[in-house]
Amino acid sequence: MASDTVSKETILENKEEVVSKINDFLVDEFEVDASSISPEANLKDTLDLDSLDYVDLVVVIENNFGFKVKGEDFIDIVTFDDFYNYVMDRVATRD
Amino acid sequence: MNRVVITGMGIYSTIGLNLEEVRDSLYHGKSGIVLDQERKEMGFRSGLTGRIEAPVLKGILPRKLRIGMAEPGEYAYMATVEALKNAKIDDDYLEKNEVGILYGNDSCAKPIIDAAKRLMEKKDTQLIGAGSIFQSMTSTITMNLSSIFKLRGANFTLSAACASGSHAIGMGYLMIKWGLQKAIICGGAQEINYHSMGSFDGLSAFSIRESSPTEASRPFDKDRDGLVPSGGGATIIIEDYESAIKRGAPILAELTGYGFSSNGAHISQPDVSGPTRSLEMSLKDAGIDASEVDYVNAHATSTPVGDLNEAKALAGVFAGSSPYISSTKGMTGHEMWMAGASEVVYSLLMMENSFVAPNINFNSPDEASAQLNIAAETVETKVDMFLSNSFGFGGTNSSLIVKKLSLQKK
Repeated sequence: MASDTVSKETILENKEEVVSKINDFLVDEFEVDASSISPEANLKDTLDLDSLDYVDLVVVIENNFGFKVKGEDFIDIVTFDDFYNYVMDRVATRD
Repeated sequence: MNRVVITGMGIYSTIGLNLEEVRDSLYHGKSGIVLDQERKEMGFRSGLTGRIEAPVLKGILPRKLRIGMAEPGEYAYMATVEALKNAKIDDDYLEKNEVGILYGNDSCAKPIIDAAKRLMEKKDTQLIGAGSIFQSMTSTITMNLSSIFKLRGANFTLSAACASGSHAIGMGYLMIKWGLQKAIICGGAQEINYHSMGSFDGLSAFSIRESSPTEASRPFDKDRDGLVPSGGGATIIIEDYESAIKRGAPILAELTGYGFSSNGAHISQPDVSGPTRSLEMSLKDAGIDASEVDYVNAHATSTPVGDLNEAKALAGVFAGSSPYISSTKGMTGHEMWMAGASEVVYSLLMMENSFVAPNINFNSPDEASAQLNIAAETVETKVDMFLSNSFGFGGTNSSLIVKKLSLQKK
């Protein structure tokens, strides 16, 4: 998995870039069809996430954004938009 | 007791990525050995190795079925797809029958090293990734292939050093013979990456004929100076004769004998009596006289002591007869965990195409190999019965006997 952490400033300036980056790694790493991704779509169902996939999702987020998702945080992430906003929030509060 | 037949085979090796390529390489004595500069940079005494093109499975297998696969599993997958195809076993058959898998493997080092590096870097086990554990275990091949092919029969890995692949076939043979399974995917696979070979290189067991890589592996030759590590994947499909006939399976040959033994001696020094007992047991199991064997695919790895002792064992067991003998490791290098299975595939290709592949680089015999009928060049001849030897660290020995089905049963 690529280790290409995006700077905090870049992320906070432009949500579109965050969305694009997340979608890119979901398409590449999780092999989901790009056309099935939309802000309202259900993240778990669209990616067909099982317990092992969540482990890799944590890894790929850490590689790309430099923070680690806590397992319990996934409970409130239902849609892709929830996921984008969660990443934005975590980056905003990153040291 | 049931008769055991071979109904499919597949190969992914340093001398070819499918049966057709491998058959041609065997016939023409083509070597798969190269000098790997990366090994020299890593401080290897010998940079010689077999080289193989890594299969690209992205786009062939979905991510969920790939994440637990490392190098040997990928090679085994490629060989097994080919074997199932020519055995005419499809998804529907696998779903409706209890097909087993017994595969020989004895390491999967790189994922373990990668995981350790990641842990040291991140200090967090959750950042190692989900696939690592399934890639790292010795049973990585059987756990992955049984999931990919949805197998419902026997499912385990057999680890016996450089005899792993041969014993896996032998154990499958016994399970079918005793009526415990109708069909089993058997084979062996071997990783090639340098991570897995450093400690073996440290024993000074590898050839250092780096100026001429394709001449480095020279089994039975008096100027041999060590083995050349190699790898890949090899699969055969074995079945109960009656059920194979019933489903109209193509029958390549019959597996008639399995012999095994342990030297009960040094962990790495081969001897003569252990292999001799394995050879004799396989002949007894097959119910044949040594003179009925047309071809012996020797274990001979190109090490000074190993080849010498195997030559003595073969000269003793085959005294009075002179089957053609060759070690295909002159071309392939030592495929270790895979070798017992790949060498059955190589020999089956010879049987199918009526030739004996050459023991390349055999220029001059030593005092023991001079007693043997070693095929230094390709020999056009019928191979109706062959014996394949595999020996490993700890003194484990395995011998398999395969015959053309057209021959009368004993």
